[in-house]
Amino acid sequence: MKRGLKPDTNRTEPLLRIAGLSKHYVQQRTFSRAEFTVNAFQDVDVELFRGKTLALVGESGAGKSSLARCIALLERPSAGKIELESEDLLALNRKALFRIRRQIQMIFQEPVSALNPRLNACEIIAEPLAIQREGTQLQQRERALQLMEQVGLDAKWERKLPFEFSGGQRQRLAIARALALRPSVLILDEALSNLDASNQALILELLAQLQVSHSLAYLHISHDLRLVSQFADEVAVMYESRIVERKKTHDLFASPEHLYTKELLATVHSVESILLERSA
Amino acid sequence: MKYFARRLFHATLLLLAVSIFSFAILQLTPGDFFAPMGLNPQISSRTIAGLRSQHDLDRPLPARYGHWLWGVLKGDLGRSFAYNSPVTRLLAVRARNTLLLTGTAMLLAWLIAIPLGMWSAVHRGKWGDRAAGVMTSGLLAIPDLVLFLVLLLAAVRTGWFPTGGMVSASFSDLNAWNKGKDLAEHLFLPALGLAIATLPTLLRHVRSAMIEVLEAPFIQAARAHGIAERRVLFRYALPVAANPLISLFGFSVGTMLSASLLVEVILSWPGIGPLLVDAILAKDVYVVIGAVMLSSILLVAGNLFADVLLFAIDPRIRVE
Repeated sequence: MKRGLKPDTNRTEPLLRIAGLSKHYVQQRTFSRAEFTVNAFQDVDVELFRGKTLALVGESGAGKSSLARCIALLERPSAGKIELESEDLLALNRKALFRIRRQIQMIFQEPVSALNPRLNACEIIAEPLAIQREGTQLQQRERALQLMEQVGLDAKWERKLPFEFSGGQRQRLAIARALALRPSVLILDEALSNLDASNQALILELLAQLQVSHSLAYLHISHDLRLVSQFADEVAVMYESRIVERKKTHDLFASPEHLYTKELLATVHSVESILLERSA
Repeated sequence: MKYFARRLFHATLLLLAVSIFSFAILQLTPGDFFAPMGLNPQISSRTIAGLRSQHDLDRPLPARYGHWLWGVLKGDLGRSFAYNSPVTRLLAVRARNTLLLTGTAMLLAWLIAIPLGMWSAVHRGKWGDRAAGVMTSGLLAIPDLVLFLVLLLAAVRTGWFPTGGMVSASFSDLNAWNKGKDLAEHLFLPALGLAIATLPTLLRHVRSAMIEVLEAPFIQAARAHGIAERRVLFRYALPVAANPLISLFGFSVGTMLSASLLVEVILSWPGIGPLLVDAILAKDVYVVIGAVMLSSILLVAGNLFADVLLFAIDPRIRVE
C-alpha cells in the first residue's frame, strides 16, 4: 500500500497495528542446564493512528519498555505482528528494514545518556540523516538548525555539547533528533519522567504542537497515569505483562473495569484530593 | 592551566613525602653499608669511622636529608657506596631498561585487552565471553611470583627463549639487525609475563566499560536510525568508553612498575628491580632512595599523562 492515505481513511485505518505481540527471554540457570522463560509481555494488541496519542501505563516491570523496544525494531519479538500501513515489518529483509526504521523513532527517559556526549547539538540532530545517508553534509546541517528552531532551541547553540544544556533542553534535542527523519510514529518511553514539573508542561506542549503539525502518532509510555492522561486520546493499562484494559481516556476515568486500573485511578484521585484539601 | 599547576604541585608534595619516608625508614633499619666491614679483623674501626665520615654517615638524619635535597636540586642523587659512582648514572641505564620492558609489556597488554574486551562485551553471556571470564579469574588468582616462575621453568625446559639478561654474550659482534633480534628474544619472556600479570584487570575494565556504553540509550537511538553494528562499536561506543580506560592507563603504570620489580629479579632483566634489591640488602642508601624516587616519578608521570590525555579528548573536563 502506498503512503499518504486519503484524509477520510485516516480515521479508520490504523497507521501502526500490533497484533498478538509477545516477547519472552530464555535464560539458563548458572549451574545447571535447566532453562526457564521470562515473559516480558504477552498477546499485546494495540493500534496507533495518525495525529493521535495512545498512552500505555503500568507499573515498572510490567513490560512496557520491552514492548517499546520491540515496536522500535530494536529487539525481535517472539511472536505476533507489527504492521505499518499494512506492511508486515517483521517480514522485511535487511535493506527494507533499514529504510523503514525512519518511520518509527523513539525518545528515551534519560536525556543525559540519550545523547552522544562527544557530539555537539548540530551533529546529534544530523546524526540520523548521516546514518540514513540523506542529503549532503550541508543539507544535513541546515535541516538540523531548522529542527533546533522548531523544538525551541536557539540555532546559535549548534556547537554546544550535551552537558552544556539543561535537562529540558536535552530532551528538546532528543526530540529534534527523533524528528530529523520525518517519522510517522514516535515512541515516548517515560520521556517526561526525569523532568521537573514546569519542563514537563513545556515539553508536553511542544509534543502536542508537533503532533498537529507533523500528524504524528504517539505511543506514550509512562507509569504516571495523571501525566499521561493529559493529552492521550486512548489509554492502555498494562499489568503483569498483559494489556488488561484499553479505552478512550474519558471512558477509562469514568468507568474503570480492571482492579489494577481502579487502584491506579484511586491513587490519582487521592493525590488530587490531598492537593484540594491543602488549597482549601 | 590552573588545573595542571595544581596537579604538578600535588605531585611535588608527594615526591617530597616519599623521599622523607624513604630516608626515615632506612634510618630505622639496623646497621649501614660499612657495618659488615667491622667483622673483618684486618680493617680497623678507625678506617671504618673514616669511611663513614667521608660519606657523611656520621651526621644526623635531618642534615643528611638537607644535603641530599640540595644535591637533588642540582641534579645529583648522591653516590653509590657499592659501585662508587653517581646514583644518577647508575639509574639512567637501569631506568632505560625498565622502561623498555614495561613499555613493551604495556603495549602488548593493551593491544590484547582492547579488542578482546570489546569482543567479550559484544558477545557477553555467550560461551566465548564466559571462557574469557574464567581465564581472567584464573590469572587473577595466580600470584605473579608463581606465574613468573612457571614462565621461567617453561623457558628453561623448552630452550626456546633465553632466560636471563638483556642481550647475549656475543651482542657486540652482531650487526644491527641481529642486535635487534637478540634484544627482542631476551625481551619477549619478561614482557610477556608482565603483560599476562596486568592483562586480567585491563580486560575486565575494557569489557565493563564497553558494556555500559553499549547499553546507553544514545546507542539504542543510533540503532533505531539503522546504524551498522561495526560503526556503533568503533565510532560511538569506543570513544565514549575511552574515558575510564585512560584513567585506568595511568593507574596501570603503577601496577606495571611494581610487577616489573618482581619479573626483573626472577628473569634477571637488568632494570631497576635487581638494582633495588641488591641496594636494599647492602644498605646502599642513596641507590635505594634514588630507585624509589625514580619509580615514584614514573608513577606520577603516568597519572599526569593520563590526565593530560583526558583533558585533551574530553570537552567536559576542559570546561570544568
